[in-house]
Amino acid sequence: MRELRYREALREAMLEEMERDERVFLMGEEVGHYQGAYKVSEGLLDKFGERRVIDTPIAEAGFAGIGIGAAMVGLRPIIEFMTWNFSFVAFDQIISNAAKIHQMSAGAIKVPIVFRGPNGAARQVGSQHSHAVAPFYAGVPGLYVCQPSTPRDAKGLLKTAIRSNNPVIFLEGETLYGVKGEVPDEGVEELIPFGASRVARAGTDCTIVTWGRPYYVAMEAAEQLAGDGTECEVVDPRTLRPLDMGPIIESVRKTNRCVVVHEHWPYGGPGAEIVDRVQREAFDYLDAPVERVTGLDVPMPYALNLENEVLPTKERVIDAVKRVSYAK
Amino acid sequence: MGTPLPDKDDLLRQYRSMMRIRRFEEEAARNYAKGKIGGFLHLYIGQEAIAVAAVDALRDEDYIFQTYRDHGIALARGMSAKAAMAELFGKDTGCSRGMGGSMHFFDVERNFLGGWAIVGGHLALAAGTAFKSAYNGEDRVTVCFFGEGSTNIGGFHEAMSLAGLWKLPIVFVCENNQYAMGTPLERTSALKDLSIKAKGYAMVGDRFEGHDVTLVQQRIGEAVNRARTGGGPTFIEVLTYRFRGHSMSDPAKYRSRTELEQRKQLDPIQVVRERLLELGVQESELEDIDLEVDEEIDEAVQFAEDSEPARREVMMSTVYAEEGDS
Repeated sequence: MRELRYREALREAMLEEMERDERVFLMGEEVGHYQGAYKVSEGLLDKFGERRVIDTPIAEAGFAGIGIGAAMVGLRPIIEFMTWNFSFVAFDQIISNAAKIHQMSAGAIKVPIVFRGPNGAARQVGSQHSHAVAPFYAGVPGLYVCQPSTPRDAKGLLKTAIRSNNPVIFLEGETLYGVKGEVPDEGVEELIPFGASRVARAGTDCTIVTWGRPYYVAMEAAEQLAGDGTECEVVDPRTLRPLDMGPIIESVRKTNRCVVVHEHWPYGGPGAEIVDRVQREAFDYLDAPVERVTGLDVPMPYALNLENEVLPTKERVIDAVKRVSYAK
Repeated sequence: MGTPLPDKDDLLRQYRSMMRIRRFEEEAARNYAKGKIGGFLHLYIGQEAIAVAAVDALRDEDYIFQTYRDHGIALARGMSAKAAMAELFGKDTGCSRGMGGSMHFFDVERNFLGGWAIVGGHLALAAGTAFKSAYNGEDRVTVCFFGEGSTNIGGFHEAMSLAGLWKLPIVFVCENNQYAMGTPLERTSALKDLSIKAKGYAMVGDRFEGHDVTLVQQRIGEAVNRARTGGGPTFIEVLTYRFRGHSMSDPAKYRSRTELEQRKQLDPIQVVRERLLELGVQESELEDIDLEVDEEIDEAVQFAEDSEPARREVMMSTVYAEEGDS
């Protein structure tokens, strides 16, 4: 396998799918001539031209809606939000239209569309630009929600998303774009199915469930804990809707302990959903209450020292694992 | 520019189509009062000429979007009164199998792409189907209806803005029935003449009365032709009036009896009826049509009444579309 950066993996997924299917196009702010605000779409305009790589004005509700309308009649749009923070002005389009059309029309109309872009905090961009949005979308029937942590998952899931016949919320990360990881060689096509949690690290002592940016924090914590003799099993759900609890429950039955680590706020959302399901589906196996390490319950401040406190840290993960292990 | 003389047969067909909508809506109101129909029910009574004219200005393959006041356009486009009424009754035989209700009629076979119930939310979708026409190099046109109440919300602006920028093959038809729910235009808009807004998006604007089906067909037809031949979008303001409240729960106390009576002088059905009589059609011929329409609507109510209720399996199986074949 080769190594690619996360952004390159995403770019390859779009490039391959656009080559494969002429109905696929990319639309968003600065995706074309500027080569992408975060360079994910770099080079795509040169390859596919202005018909299929379409720069828009700053009008998320407008171009999200145009994408949905185009999808209703057979095109397969990829709509890029420069960041997911800006999806809020298109929220109605996603919730009231994209997620509802198939059922409202009794199955007569499909909406094969991908909304993608960076999610969560970057670095010191303040409260309006640091939202981890998964809770807003993962609770909505009619949507799929992907949040890949690694370049390989980013590519394989995006390809699946583009081929899906349903609206897909695809959450990337600005701080993940530069991350390098193994991706199957050119010519080796890998489609990663939705609803397939991945065991990222094997262990016997405590299960850590995590995804997105904190995945790397949790992996580091697991390495450090291993040095002290505690082997954590790390499970990455990869898609938050559908949510594959199988490998998570299987792991908890083995380790009898569980810590869920995520960037979004603690109130509700996929993090709380996973905890709820673990206590219901593995109640008899738990030796301690399930813990969570989350983004703190505050709007994101600007100051770096405070931002670092808000986001999940290795230390908080280690503390949580020790607490559920009664080692602290 | 004068209105061309209408063909008698076309006009008779349009008269029937308008009567079908009127009787359907009246019967829907009755069944709402009886508790057979739930939720919201917005009637198209008074505005029938617009839907009927627009359908005649379009080809079968053209796309149509409408707001939640959607029974009229669906029927005009050819939906059976049975499928429409059964939807209101929440039955499996309804046009949306009981998943949509009054506000969410769909008839994809006839390219009627829905009744939409978030004000201003469907304009961008309509721009999206027009975008698809342009993307594929098809000469299909999209017509998007909405009320004057939609013209103040952001969804209107962004859809108009992008349609103008990309010269999409779309006709935006604002059915200005004077009231956004209970609030008259002068209290919601700084502009009296909404068609001026077209200029802000480098579109052609047009504005006319909506009670004469022939005139409406001609003027919407011009815009449709412009869109089809690469001339870009048009924004049309059609001045109209609804004879009932905003919905069944609205007694319409915000307008005077006198105003309503004045507007009823311009009842589009009366207008076409008088035109037909002038053209030598016998009163009895029109009465025969009325009776046939009555019968069709009565049958629709009976059909709705007798149909099976909406099904759980449809609800559960339509949350997500099946994957594959992509």
